[in-house]
Amino acid sequence: MNIMTEQSLENAVGDKMNAKSNEVIKMRGDKVGVFYGDKQALFDVNLDVRQNQVTALIGPSGCGKSTFLRCLNRMNDTIDSARVTGKITLDDEDIYDKNIDVVELRARVGMVFQKPNPFPKSIYENVAYGPRIHGLAKRKADMDQIVEQSLKKAAIWNEVKDRLQEPGTGLSGGQQQRLCIARAIAVSPEVILMDEPCSALDPIATARVEELIDELRQNYTIVIVTHSMQQAARVSQRTAMFHLGYLVEEGATDKMFTNPDDKRTQDYITGRFG
Amino acid sequence: MSSLLVLAIVVAIGLVAFVIGRQRAAAQDNGTVKPHSRAHYHGWWACLLAVLPAVLLLTAWNIGSSVYLDRHIHAALPERTANSAVASEALDVSLVKSLAKGLRQLDANTLAALPATFADLQPLLAAKGVALATDTQDYMIPIAVEANAVQSRLGMIGAALTLLLSVAGAFYALGQIRPRARARNNVERLMLWGLLGASTIAILTTVGIVLSMLFQTIQFFESVSPMSFFFGTVWDPRFAAAGSGGSQGQFGLIPLLAGTLYIALVALLVAVPVGLMSAVYMAEYATPRIRSVVKPALELLAGIPTIVYGIFAVVTLGPFLRDLSAALTGGSPFIQGQSIFTAGLVMGMMLIPVVSSLSDDIITAVPRAMRDGSLGLGATRSETIKRVILPAALPGIVGAILLTASRAIGETMIVVLAAGVAANLTANPFEAMTTITVKIVNQLTGDLEFNSPQTLVAFALGITLFALTLVMNIVALYIVRKYREQYE
Repeated sequence: MNIMTEQSLENAVGDKMNAKSNEVIKMRGDKVGVFYGDKQALFDVNLDVRQNQVTALIGPSGCGKSTFLRCLNRMNDTIDSARVTGKITLDDEDIYDKNIDVVELRARVGMVFQKPNPFPKSIYENVAYGPRIHGLAKRKADMDQIVEQSLKKAAIWNEVKDRLQEPGTGLSGGQQQRLCIARAIAVSPEVILMDEPCSALDPIATARVEELIDELRQNYTIVIVTHSMQQAARVSQRTAMFHLGYLVEEGATDKMFTNPDDKRTQDYITGRFG
Repeated sequence: MSSLLVLAIVVAIGLVAFVIGRQRAAAQDNGTVKPHSRAHYHGWWACLLAVLPAVLLLTAWNIGSSVYLDRHIHAALPERTANSAVASEALDVSLVKSLAKGLRQLDANTLAALPATFADLQPLLAAKGVALATDTQDYMIPIAVEANAVQSRLGMIGAALTLLLSVAGAFYALGQIRPRARARNNVERLMLWGLLGASTIAILTTVGIVLSMLFQTIQFFESVSPMSFFFGTVWDPRFAAAGSGGSQGQFGLIPLLAGTLYIALVALLVAVPVGLMSAVYMAEYATPRIRSVVKPALELLAGIPTIVYGIFAVVTLGPFLRDLSAALTGGSPFIQGQSIFTAGLVMGMMLIPVVSSLSDDIITAVPRAMRDGSLGLGATRSETIKRVILPAALPGIVGAILLTASRAIGETMIVVLAAGVAANLTANPFEAMTTITVKIVNQLTGDLEFNSPQTLVAFALGITLFALTLVMNIVALYIVRKYREQYE
């Protein structure tokens, strides 16, 4: 565990102080609990996700942060033994309501995974995959437009524009992850969930992705799970600290990293456990 | 002393060597020097040195002494003349050998006063339950007695040498035991050779099979031209009576090849869609509980012997389809009792578990990250399967299908029963047709002279079949390489 120096911490959070955004609640978790079979992994989590902000979920391994993230677009549905209790809303609509189509929900709440997982297709087809499924482009020119825009927003266009027909799996790890982000952006989601998006990347690629996350905040709401305190401090406006399946504390990132209310948060961010 | 007993003693020596070797190595480990190999490696090395060279020697000795014995008997037999009592020299030798074997059953007293004529000897042997050919000659008796003596002498020498080598090997290995001796490396090198040998056997067997067919095939092509075999459209290998030279029938491959491919095609048309869909269901949709019941049940289908499928086809499905077609046309059935359609249908059922089981494994091997990626973008399960999982699994699935096709082409019993043996050339799937495998069986069974083209054609057919599946495998590999969508 790296211990941040006081100085770097203040620099990191200082930038965020200025970035005040509107405070619309995009998603809200209300007493969310998750069971895997008989085992309860998440207990009574109440957490708001604010629009056009980056919310970071931190905490030691196995604390339930990824589990909570996967509840937000119902990816837990794909695990047979998983069961979710409580209520999660997106724009005040219950996403676990019977009337909600999970496919539509996932188009609105996109996801980027821990390990870059481009499909074994060309770069173009990787990005075009989502729009094709949802019928977003009527003509080839429209599709070209969507692909180009998405790759540009994901800050990878210049690197791949000359080789769109080559396989996405041939890119480097950092490029693959940005391709996956482009793929998620291509279906125009409102919320993007990122599950430790940089944990498989080297520091330079990580820096590129972090920059990208900050840019994406203009148009999207982002929830990011991360193991790196520095990353949470650098990219997020709000931070939520999980421990042993409980939400310990949630608040503005600058406050969380300088003056947390909970002893456990204090210990975790200073590297005393985790 | 019999070889089996010698072998047992050698193994016992090996076991003793193992135990002593292990103890000795353990005793030498007094904590001052770190031993290179653990104690049981020293034990194994002693055991291997005691057993392996001894067994090799015993095998070589047995082969050598039986050759020597044959020569010995040969030399002792009287010079052959035109009116020898026994038809051939080889028969002579084998008669002496069986006589010698019979004599070994007799006790010492009888042997001491052995009658000089076969007529007197026969009742004595018969009393011991030994029956001998009646043309055994009197002059063979002393030769047989002599042969027995030689054999037992050779056997004793061989046994003694083997045991000596075994004990020597054990002592040598035990003497080598030092804390820094590299027993582990020795044992593992020997293991490596063993593994190499095992894998070589498979390759050598393949070569042997091809060669054994090749020689007979060349012999066949000496009497029938390759042109008329490969491009002939009539299969009529007349079973010509001996001596009726010229008319030897026609051996056209085309009707058989067409039948083989036609039936395989029908079978694949049944098996591939059904098998693939069941694999998709099993891998993607079935709950663990359903899967745990349905998958074994499906694989049970693969365990049914193909002859039983054939019975099902000929007793149940064939007549049913014939009657059904008769009812449809209101008179004459257009599906015959034995037909391509029936055979293909039943063979397809047999192949369903093959396709589904192989494809299931391949689909399950597609990483979960692919599914998550697609589902996370809002794709439905079926879209994910169609657009991501099946394309990613495609090379494997193509491989599975070609493997299945090879089985369909090589399948015999179902077609024998369900498609008939008539070598027709027809495009109508409701008529009887036959396959290469069926004709191989046909040509090799019965009282035929072995070196007639009627029999030898089976080998030409066999090698054609072999080449066919070989080409298919090569094509499969090519397709898999070319269209591989690599994940990871």
